[in-house]
Amino acid sequence: MALGLGAAQADYTLNLMKGVTKVSNDIYDLHMLILWICVAIGIGVFGAMFYSIYHHRKSKGHVAAQFHENTTVEIIWTIIPTLILVGMAIPATKTMLELNDIEKSDMTIQVTGRQWYWDYKYLDSDIHFESHLDEASERVHRTVGADPRSVPHYLLNVDKPLVIPVKKKVRFVLTSADVIHSWWVPDLGWKKDANPGFINEAWTSVDKAGTYRGQCTELCGRDHGFMPIVVIALEQPDYDAWVIKTLEQQKQKPDLSDQSSQQLMAHGESVYLKNCVGCHQINGAGVPGLIPALTGSAIATGKWESLDGFLRAGTSKMPKFDKLNGKEFAELMTYVRNNLGNKVGDELQPKQTALPDDDD
Amino acid sequence: MSAVVDEHDHHADDHHDHGPAKGLLRWITTTNHKDIGTMYLVFALAMFFVGGAMAMVIRAELFEPGLQFVDPAFFNSMTTMHALVMVFGAVMPAFVGLANWQIPLMIGAADMALPRMNNMSFWMLVAGVLLLASTLFMEGGAPNGGWTLYPPLVLQPITVGKALPFAVFSVHLLGISSIMGAINIIATIFNMRAPAMKMMDMPLFVWTWLITAFLLIAVMPVFAGAVTMLLTDKFFHTSFFNAAGGGDPVLYQHIFWFFGHPEVYIMILPTFGVASTIIPVFARKPLFGYASMVWATGSIAFLSFIVWAHHMFTVGMPIAGELYFMYATMIIAVPTGVKVFNWTATMWKGAMTFETPMLFSIAFVVLFTMGGFTGLMMSIAPVDFQYHDTYFIVAHFHYTLVPASIFILMAAGYFWLPKWTGHMYNEKIGQLHFWLSVISVNVLFFPQHFLGLAGMPRRIPDYAIQFADWNMISSIGGFIFGASQLLFLYIVVDTIRGGTGEKVSDEVWEDAGKHSLEWTLPSPLPYHTWTTPPVSAPTEHVLDSH
Repeated sequence: MALGLGAAQADYTLNLMKGVTKVSNDIYDLHMLILWICVAIGIGVFGAMFYSIYHHRKSKGHVAAQFHENTTVEIIWTIIPTLILVGMAIPATKTMLELNDIEKSDMTIQVTGRQWYWDYKYLDSDIHFESHLDEASERVHRTVGADPRSVPHYLLNVDKPLVIPVKKKVRFVLTSADVIHSWWVPDLGWKKDANPGFINEAWTSVDKAGTYRGQCTELCGRDHGFMPIVVIALEQPDYDAWVIKTLEQQKQKPDLSDQSSQQLMAHGESVYLKNCVGCHQINGAGVPGLIPALTGSAIATGKWESLDGFLRAGTSKMPKFDKLNGKEFAELMTYVRNNLGNKVGDELQPKQTALPDDDD
Repeated sequence: MSAVVDEHDHHADDHHDHGPAKGLLRWITTTNHKDIGTMYLVFALAMFFVGGAMAMVIRAELFEPGLQFVDPAFFNSMTTMHALVMVFGAVMPAFVGLANWQIPLMIGAADMALPRMNNMSFWMLVAGVLLLASTLFMEGGAPNGGWTLYPPLVLQPITVGKALPFAVFSVHLLGISSIMGAINIIATIFNMRAPAMKMMDMPLFVWTWLITAFLLIAVMPVFAGAVTMLLTDKFFHTSFFNAAGGGDPVLYQHIFWFFGHPEVYIMILPTFGVASTIIPVFARKPLFGYASMVWATGSIAFLSFIVWAHHMFTVGMPIAGELYFMYATMIIAVPTGVKVFNWTATMWKGAMTFETPMLFSIAFVVLFTMGGFTGLMMSIAPVDFQYHDTYFIVAHFHYTLVPASIFILMAAGYFWLPKWTGHMYNEKIGQLHFWLSVISVNVLFFPQHFLGLAGMPRRIPDYAIQFADWNMISSIGGFIFGASQLLFLYIVVDTIRGGTGEKVSDEVWEDAGKHSLEWTLPSPLPYHTWTTPPVSAPTEHVLDSH
């Protein structure tokens, strides 16, 4: 156990976590109840077996008895397990009903799974944002030999966490835009699949302010392991302040002023890491047979106007990226055309790529 | 009994022209149940190493956090192919191989009922697995959407390249092969038992295979149907699983698991049969509760059809569905418990010895029960909201497959190889193989319980730092377990080539002839056996029911 335990900064557990909601605590209690029942049965059965293995061996001169059935015993060991199961089913049913009770919620958040990030929409306010794996993890997990221990909360950190108030019943409606994902934060006590074309419901009410981390738990393609979830539960006044601040930020127009080429490249890399890297890879090489390379690509290195149109329209395989603003288009295109093995030598400024309606 | 054996020897000596053909053609055209059984077993062993190599790739990448050896998509291909190869290429064919060898011997039949179909089902299996393996070399790689092949992921052009239709046709071939094998087994058991053997006289291995064969016939067409719908969704513009066209991706999961749950019992019921055959021999006692074993097997098989959605608790089912599938699943613990109690009672007050087959069988009972416990835990739907799709379930099903199904296949190898070949295996190396396997398999899979409970999802190529220690330990266990299996390969080859040189008796194991018919035949087994059916069958296990 000395194998780098010190390096593991995060909580280190062997057992299920209790979590921070009433339901997660009930689930924990159920888990422990059944675990102990299993341990007790195990001690009984294996105890008898090992007693027998030790004493009833030929090398000790034990002579084999020849009995081979006993109806009474067989009935007893059918009925007792049945009764134990009934005993388990009662609390399990209660918890299941509780988990299922989405009535009377205080607020609703729509969670949309996408390859490979989460999209959160607060249905009671206008807050809407994407939550991607943080850049530091993104760089390290794509580089052979990079040191994951240098990244805080490696693979469990996001650029924009989901923020909820404590002690409020938050209802989630979950869906997906592409394949099936599953939204899981162990501290909340449940996971729920996000199915394309359908809506699932779930709820939570967090008792304690804090940061809670989780991951996608349904295989959703090559970057399934890289779409974490971070939930920050805030006291009500802090939450209210966060809502106001976030709404203000959302209203801000993108800064379309000119940038130096270093700035364009650095910002462009961020945009690339968030939106493109999952498919086209960190070096722009794509995936042979599945995803085209950007390195040397005629579209990427051709006229920037056609690249711009291509990105905004998407294809049958690639989603359209009209969600990016003019500033991001300038940065991204400058980066793609002058890095990843490409050398077009141009420099696109936000004013060039902004559309008239891009200021929203 | 001896009169029967003598007559048999005489028969074999007189008919040299009925011996095996010479050369390669013997294996291609054979209709002999022993030859076909051998081919199934050799093929399964080869696939065990292929699937095992894929597991080594997985454990190597997971040895440390960060990207080391393989791209995430290839990692997903490895988890997908590891499962498909192990399930359809190793475990299932291995049990069919055992059935081919043992069922005719145990019921006193000269061969399988449909020998030509027997040959065809083997070669279709080879074709199916080769077709599947060929996808590894295709543009876009092998299927990487998990062995469950869930849409829409598996239909997505950026995820799966050209592999899908090949995987689908491979499933069709494997399905036809399994169904033919199953029909053959049912026909053999119903029609070719020695006249003296009633259904309730049959060895448990025969019973469990009979029930398994019915499961196969019932569910392989369902799987074939599901993957065919994938095919038409992909290439013929149907929308079975596409919400945009009025379909439902979750429908696939219902169909898949209606196949998938009986499928996991297809891999465990014959295991129960072998354990129920081996334990009494080494306890020198009749099997305890023969009739209840038969009924428990039947109940488990029946229940396997009505519990499928416990694989889907988090998919978003109505509450009535969640509760029903929870209750139905919990009930499985009852007949499974009966089996474990019966094995324990069989050992109780026996005169046990611990040769390698017995060691593997005892390890099976203990470790399968551990897998059963975690299964019971996962049947509790609300708690499964935490366990689902984590390493906890990876640990669970590997406990029921590796130290259960695989261990019992090893036990069967040690148990029957001396009978089949006439040579004794090297007991010292056998025991070394056992102890290395049983220790390393626990180092490999037990820590995965901790990982799952601590929050590590399955099917991820990289993980957060707090999962690093147990993953490293698990990988070390994996490497030792993988390497230990080379010992088994050595023992099998060595035994076939002469083993210890010790000439084994007809019974091989002390008083084995009291338990089952095959031990009353000469060792090594002649090419043709039971050309005249035995006049009586050992019925030690059912003494009082007569």
